[in-house]
Amino acid sequence: MEQYEIVIIGGGPAGLSAAVSARKAGAQRILILERDKELGGILNQCIHNGFGLHTFKEELTGPEYAARFIEQACELQIEYRLNTMVMDISLDKTVTAMSRELGMYQIQAGAVILAMGCRERSRGALNIPGYRPAGIYSAGTAQRLVNMEGFLPGRKVVILGSGDIGLIMARRMTLEGAQVQVVAELMPYSGGLKRNIVQCLDDYGIPLKLSHTVTDIKGRERVEGITLAAVDGKGKPVPGTEEEYECDTLLLSVGLIPENELSGQMGVTLNPVTSGPVVNESLETDIEGVFACGNVLHVHDLVDFVSEEAAMAGENAAHYVDNSQRTAEAYEKTDSAAGQEASAAVALKPENGVRYTVPSLIHPDRMRKEQIIRFRVGSVYKNCYIGVYLNGERILHRKRPVMAPGEMEEVKIKKSQLAGLSRPAELSIQVEEA
Amino acid sequence: MERRELICIGCPMGCPLSVETEEGKVISVTGNTCPRGDSYARKEVTNPTRIVTTTVRVTGGVQEMVSVKTKTDIPKGKIFDCVKALKNAQAEAPVRIGDVILQNAAGTGVDIVATKNVDAL
Amino acid sequence: MYDVIIIGAGVSGSAAARELSRYQVRACVLEKAEDVCCGTSKANSGIVHAGYDAAPGTLMAKLNVRGNDRMGELAEELDFPFSRKGSLVICREEEGLLALEELKKRGELNGVQGLEILNREQVLELEPNVTKDVIAALYAPSAGIVCPFGLNIALAENANRNGIEFYFNTEVMDIRKTEKGFLLETSAGVYETKYVVNAAGVYADQFHNMVSREKLHITPRKGEYYLLDKSAGDHVSRTIFALPGKLGKGVLVTPTVHGNLLVGPTAEDIEDKDGVNTTPEGLAAIAGKAGQNVSGLPLKKVITSFAGLRAHEDRHDFVIGEVQDAPGFIDCAGIESPGLTSAPAVGEMVAGILKDKLNLEVNPGFQGKRKGILDPSKLTMEERNELIRQNPAYGSIICRCEMISEGEILDAIHRPLGARSLDGVKRRTRAGMGRCQAGFCSPRTMEILARELGEPMEAVTKSGGGSRLIVGTNKDRI
Repeated sequence: MEQYEIVIIGGGPAGLSAAVSARKAGAQRILILERDKELGGILNQCIHNGFGLHTFKEELTGPEYAARFIEQACELQIEYRLNTMVMDISLDKTVTAMSRELGMYQIQAGAVILAMGCRERSRGALNIPGYRPAGIYSAGTAQRLVNMEGFLPGRKVVILGSGDIGLIMARRMTLEGAQVQVVAELMPYSGGLKRNIVQCLDDYGIPLKLSHTVTDIKGRERVEGITLAAVDGKGKPVPGTEEEYECDTLLLSVGLIPENELSGQMGVTLNPVTSGPVVNESLETDIEGVFACGNVLHVHDLVDFVSEEAAMAGENAAHYVDNSQRTAEAYEKTDSAAGQEASAAVALKPENGVRYTVPSLIHPDRMRKEQIIRFRVGSVYKNCYIGVYLNGERILHRKRPVMAPGEMEEVKIKKSQLAGLSRPAELSIQVEEA
Repeated sequence: MERRELICIGCPMGCPLSVETEEGKVISVTGNTCPRGDSYARKEVTNPTRIVTTTVRVTGGVQEMVSVKTKTDIPKGKIFDCVKALKNAQAEAPVRIGDVILQNAAGTGVDIVATKNVDAL
Repeated sequence: MYDVIIIGAGVSGSAAARELSRYQVRACVLEKAEDVCCGTSKANSGIVHAGYDAAPGTLMAKLNVRGNDRMGELAEELDFPFSRKGSLVICREEEGLLALEELKKRGELNGVQGLEILNREQVLELEPNVTKDVIAALYAPSAGIVCPFGLNIALAENANRNGIEFYFNTEVMDIRKTEKGFLLETSAGVYETKYVVNAAGVYADQFHNMVSREKLHITPRKGEYYLLDKSAGDHVSRTIFALPGKLGKGVLVTPTVHGNLLVGPTAEDIEDKDGVNTTPEGLAAIAGKAGQNVSGLPLKKVITSFAGLRAHEDRHDFVIGEVQDAPGFIDCAGIESPGLTSAPAVGEMVAGILKDKLNLEVNPGFQGKRKGILDPSKLTMEERNELIRQNPAYGSIICRCEMISEGEILDAIHRPLGARSLDGVKRRTRAGMGRCQAGFCSPRTMEILARELGEPMEAVTKSGGGSRLIVGTNKDRI
């Protein structure tokens, strides 16, 4: 069986960044397995600009951003295999993969980095009633058809969901000659960036209808129209508010779901809120030596943060491999374990408006000088605070002029703040009204 | 005097901005809660610009399309002209990031450049 | 001049065609859709009923039990997914016990084997997720689940292999009696035949009424369903029925042969024979009713919802036989539940009638065995590698959710009566049927279809006709 120190599942922005940093941290044999025909993942179809302001201090398009990392990976001579599907990962980190050229084969990995990204929620998950004709696409599928293949999936379009992909596609379809009639959003606020609302909708006079949803789809063969209705505070359509729209296409931009089927089969514990693995400060899952980063861990808004997070995972995986090799040598020499001493772990608890945190667990002795804790809130908050409490005692209080579910938040905790804990502790993160 | 209402794009706050202009000159910006709102409003009212991104067909390449952009931002009013200028444009593979696909698009003085590498078949 | 023309390539028409192909006969199937299995046969519960529902003495009762008997053997011969998992009819109230006994007695009269009334503890031991309110249940070990597409497609392919012609996109518009038989005017020309088999599902009354004064009336009875992700597939391991009501068997919860969980159907009589839209009321009703018999249904794992139409004839029995005032016209109508279960027996019965009428001789070339599309996930790694060596397309995964390879999709397109649309590929291979509902794979499957059928991408459809997926190219109209 082939052996690699680190096998990275997915060659998108997370996998690439993890590979680059793992190499820089000393890992030698790294292999990226990518199911598509090129590296770069979803960035290849995100041809709009706005990527990289944090990472490269300039505004790049998706393919340009991906190219920067692909170049680095090539310079560092990181191995990768394209058109390769990972079929299974076993508990002992045997990765089963398949491709046309190599058939089905297994690789023994010292560490695994999960970087499979996410998928879009489908119509079915929303239970939109009506017919099931051609012309209903998730925004990302339409994006692939238009941007990668040059095909127009429709001419008269209604978009449900104001996530960024939906907004971006409203502009893309318009520029390619389609007529986008309306973007409807179930929530009373948009899940997309303000900048996208202004530059993708307002610039082209496309109306955004908040607190609205699609209640019917017409057309037996191809979409012929949809019905929009206002929704009440519980998201239920309000009778009498129905409006008919004639269209041939309905695009759905209604949420992203981390793609964790492989992780689940392997036995990694998933967080029901994020649908991503539960990880500790090292972005390590509850299976030792298996790390997760990027949208497979939790859905990000900005690729820059994916890269940053994945770089951490890559570095930690390299250290893990290095440590376990040394531990194995130590075993042979002294016949005794040279592992890390167990420390009192700190469990993170999202409370009062905070939906989840990444990580979920911090071992203070293993954390770096500073730990980034990323999280999302459940609704829109203005002029409020983030409070962080260690065993009930506030250790951090930060003002936020505004927080919204569509914007990932972060706070930083210093190692010194968690020093000297003798027993397991709890770190609560909460929204506090002013 | 004219008044225009804008939404600030500087941060998730999305402050509702109100801009008063006289003969094309900004007299006042209100509604902003930070200086970024003020400068955004002034630019957006007097000289709004955008980067335009779209695609162009590739001949002889491993992919059908190559993504492109205006090398710098162009006046907002020229967006459609720029896209139209690319209607029948083609790029011959290999294409490298930064290759000029169309010079001086729609008289803006700005070139359209490739944003993706596409190897030849 | 055909000996026999079968109208409809659903499961009944295809079963009739397959059984007829045992004889030397010139026959064809006319189907208005672009593929087999496009009407009632494609949207139902996929249950192989034991046979205790139908009133003793009815054709429905007889063919149900016979169909159930035949299903295992047929699944072997024709290689389609079938599993005899058993079923439970859940009784939650003392008042229901009598009805449960009644059902058991009826089943026994119908010839159903192995029926047993289980007490609460026995039920909960078999099915821990059945409601704790259960007081008893009728257990039918001979009930099972089948892939409705798999069964229908297998029957049609095998019929075609044995000489029955199939014509798609061919809608019968009018039927006229002639001296020698019938003249069928279709959207694709005129067909002449000695005998007609009317297996037109919800439309069977229209065709019957063209030739007979004794009118049939078929009501499309809509049933809406939820399909849940495979991660919810083991919530129950048998089909869980409610005690039957006036409009049918109520909402059931069942695993599918592919490991999903299916919940439904509702029952609503409608006018529109193409009214396969789901409705807010219907979808809400399933959620409410299914929870009565099964607790903790993970409805958050719904991956799609759909509706199908049952062909309910007023007298609620199968109408199979020669129409009295139209000799040569054989009805195969009113085939509602348990129609899928009964299909093997329906086919036998129809073919039997035609054999006698036409004095048909045995077809010496009849080959009753059919190989389905290979499922590589059932192979060992060595076997799979050998397969990929011989045909690298099996090494390329197209549908990531269901792990369907290009090899399987190519097989689906190129086998007899192959797929010509995205839905055709989906029904044959499951590509696009998983949790992302074809988000990732549809552009790739469309490319493969275009390439293999020699069509431009713009011509690829979701399900034939006007269901085009692509309407143009970038900037074509600016």
